[in-house]
Amino acid sequence: MTNETIQQKLQEKFGESVFHFEESYGMLSFEADKENNLKVLQFLFDDETLQFRFMTDLCAVNYPDDKGRELAVVYHLHNLKDNVRIRFKVFTAIETPDVYTASKLFAAANWMERETYDFYGVNFVGHPNLKRILNVDEMDYFPMRKEYPLEDQTRIDKDDEMFGR
Amino acid sequence: MSHASRLTKKKDQMEHHHIKLPEGSIEKQTTTLNVGPTHPATHGVFQNIMELDGERIVSADSTVGYIHRAFEKIAERRPLYQITPLTDRLNYCSSPINNMGWHLTCEKLLKVATPKRVDYLRVIIMELARISDHLICNSIVGVDTGAYTGFLYVMQYRELIYEIYEEVCGSRLTTNIGRIGGFERDFTDTAFRKLEKFLAEYPSVLKEFENLFSRNRIFMERTIGGGAISAERALSYGFTGPNLRAAGVDYDVRVHSPYSSYQDFDFTIPVGKTGDNYDRFLVRNEEMWQSLNIIQQAYRKIQDMKGEEATVYHANVPEYYLPEKKDVYTKMEALIWHFKIIMGEVDMPKGEVYHSVEGGNGELGFYLISDGGRAPFRLHFRRPCFIYYQAYPELVTGSMLSDAIVTMSSLNLIAGEMDG
Amino acid sequence: MSRPVRFNIHPKEANTADAVGVAEAPEGYAGEGFFTTKLSDVVGLARKNSLWPLPFATSCCGIEFMATMGSHYDLARFGSERVGFSPRQCDLLMVMGTIAKKMGPVLRQVYLQMAEPRWVIAVGACASSGGIFDTYSVLQGIDQIIPVDVYVPGCPPRPEAILDGIINIQKLVGQESIRRRNSEQYQALMNSYGIQ
Repeated sequence: MTNETIQQKLQEKFGESVFHFEESYGMLSFEADKENNLKVLQFLFDDETLQFRFMTDLCAVNYPDDKGRELAVVYHLHNLKDNVRIRFKVFTAIETPDVYTASKLFAAANWMERETYDFYGVNFVGHPNLKRILNVDEMDYFPMRKEYPLEDQTRIDKDDEMFGR
Repeated sequence: MSHASRLTKKKDQMEHHHIKLPEGSIEKQTTTLNVGPTHPATHGVFQNIMELDGERIVSADSTVGYIHRAFEKIAERRPLYQITPLTDRLNYCSSPINNMGWHLTCEKLLKVATPKRVDYLRVIIMELARISDHLICNSIVGVDTGAYTGFLYVMQYRELIYEIYEEVCGSRLTTNIGRIGGFERDFTDTAFRKLEKFLAEYPSVLKEFENLFSRNRIFMERTIGGGAISAERALSYGFTGPNLRAAGVDYDVRVHSPYSSYQDFDFTIPVGKTGDNYDRFLVRNEEMWQSLNIIQQAYRKIQDMKGEEATVYHANVPEYYLPEKKDVYTKMEALIWHFKIIMGEVDMPKGEVYHSVEGGNGELGFYLISDGGRAPFRLHFRRPCFIYYQAYPELVTGSMLSDAIVTMSSLNLIAGEMDG
Repeated sequence: MSRPVRFNIHPKEANTADAVGVAEAPEGYAGEGFFTTKLSDVVGLARKNSLWPLPFATSCCGIEFMATMGSHYDLARFGSERVGFSPRQCDLLMVMGTIAKKMGPVLRQVYLQMAEPRWVIAVGACASSGGIFDTYSVLQGIDQIIPVDVYVPGCPPRPEAILDGIINIQKLVGQESIRRRNSEQYQALMNSYGIQ
């Protein structure tokens, strides 16, 4: 199973809904609209030749300059039998960051989506328990977004000039 | 008769007037127990709020994040070579594996090829780290079942491993070993002598440790059956590493996607059947034997090298590997490269790369998006501990509290990796 | 072409004559069958050689603590044979590792549950000042929430450094005045942390 055959099968099934096929460092990467993310994941899971049944990773990336496509949710899937990996992205605007949850298909997605929500504010529709997981519950902003600084701005014991900020 | 009714009446009065119970607590059949975040020092900080029916656990709710240190956000600020100390602190029981994984990711992005000797030295360091990690995990499983001796005995041999790290990089625990393209200095003779001493002394110690536990009736009764998981559930939960192999799936990143010349070595992957605590213990134990085997093969291969390739310890990549200090002070070219690397004038390729290594707990992955700047645009760590800890409530529901503690320690949960 | 090793190329021969020390008795007046000294000295001597630590180990420094407790470095020879995990029973709170803001209230709760006299040692850079993690989620030093007696720098500190920290705590414990915990200065210190 090569990257060309995977691309072919996806384009046969979904046509124009999957696009931006790229191959970086050996891994095929493609994109779909956020409404179709579960359909694509289900197809990749069920199809007898594709069999991407292991979710390696789920994370988000913030592209503040791409208006309308600021948040990307990136799924890394792995076919353990044939040892093929694939990267699947969905983009969403920052004002309405709703993406359907993959936690019914992969149990691993449960906490990974909570972490993504905690850091970026992506609202996973249908998630059983979408609350903050790593940060304190009272936090009111999404810290990994590029607009927020790394340091705690209220600290008084570190002098920013000395630390080169 | 009247005496009995007077007693009953008094009891009713006592219940209602002197003790104020919360609403609905008499009807509730279970006790709420808060386990953690402060455990006896061995485990790390995570919390479980368990509902207990006597000794049996009805449900468990985990809370993590008590040591969230925002590694991913810090990484967006630092150049690639400064991120290595951050990766140390992920799974700190086996920090060289994290370091090497990061260097391999950077080398994949920057398309740097490393010489064979570097690969074999990296394999030696990574397998030593794996032994160190599995030793802690297995001995802590022993401590949780009440057998403290094994733990204290093997700590002595972890000190030997620490001495080898010290000879190579100067530090015991958070090692920051290696650079992009190789190592910062060659392994000294003392390092090789210490490695030989370890290889000579350790097998008998591991045999003794194994004898203490693997056919010990009490240990077997405590651990067999506890925390079992089937292969399908484990795959759905994203388990990797010894926990997955104990459930019966032989997925090991070293064999599936070999990195750092692992394909040159001959080793087996131990696989369990039921995925319970006993299987996990045995899988880790056997992996330590296999790691010893790999180190011996690698050491022999290094000793057999001749001539030029026997002295090389880094790839020839002046754009990413700092030149030697004496050259910086005397040669113009080295000075310019030193300046360019430190000041960030070296061009980084744009691109996305995902690379993973077999860490002590499973597939440790690095997803790096570079936009050409000095620091990554986005760096995400795929942390195995975080992903498989989700399964913990499912593993312990229905078992007893003491077995839940043993399950927690046999999963090898390292808080630094979990919260990242 | 390997870089020459610059450190420890002239190791010293171990000399057992220097390695054995004799503990000094406190100042006092001795006679046949009796010894008079200050009460605080006797109490201090007893306390410092039998500290019961509470290892509050969160991260990497916890593993170095485990190495310190092992037989190679052996914390037990300083009297801390029994580590306890119940704050009610322990004297010395050893905070080892990064304390995140989520963990802060838990640490404060554990400190408040300890009975006087209690001492705190901050092991490692993260517990002393936040360490390398100058981020929004890490408490920049535990002395923001509890008073600390000894700070041990290092990331992680070597076991010898942790032992040095314990020896410094022992010096503090041995010389502490009996009235210290009731003094105004101590009350002011506690009030500055909001502890009654």
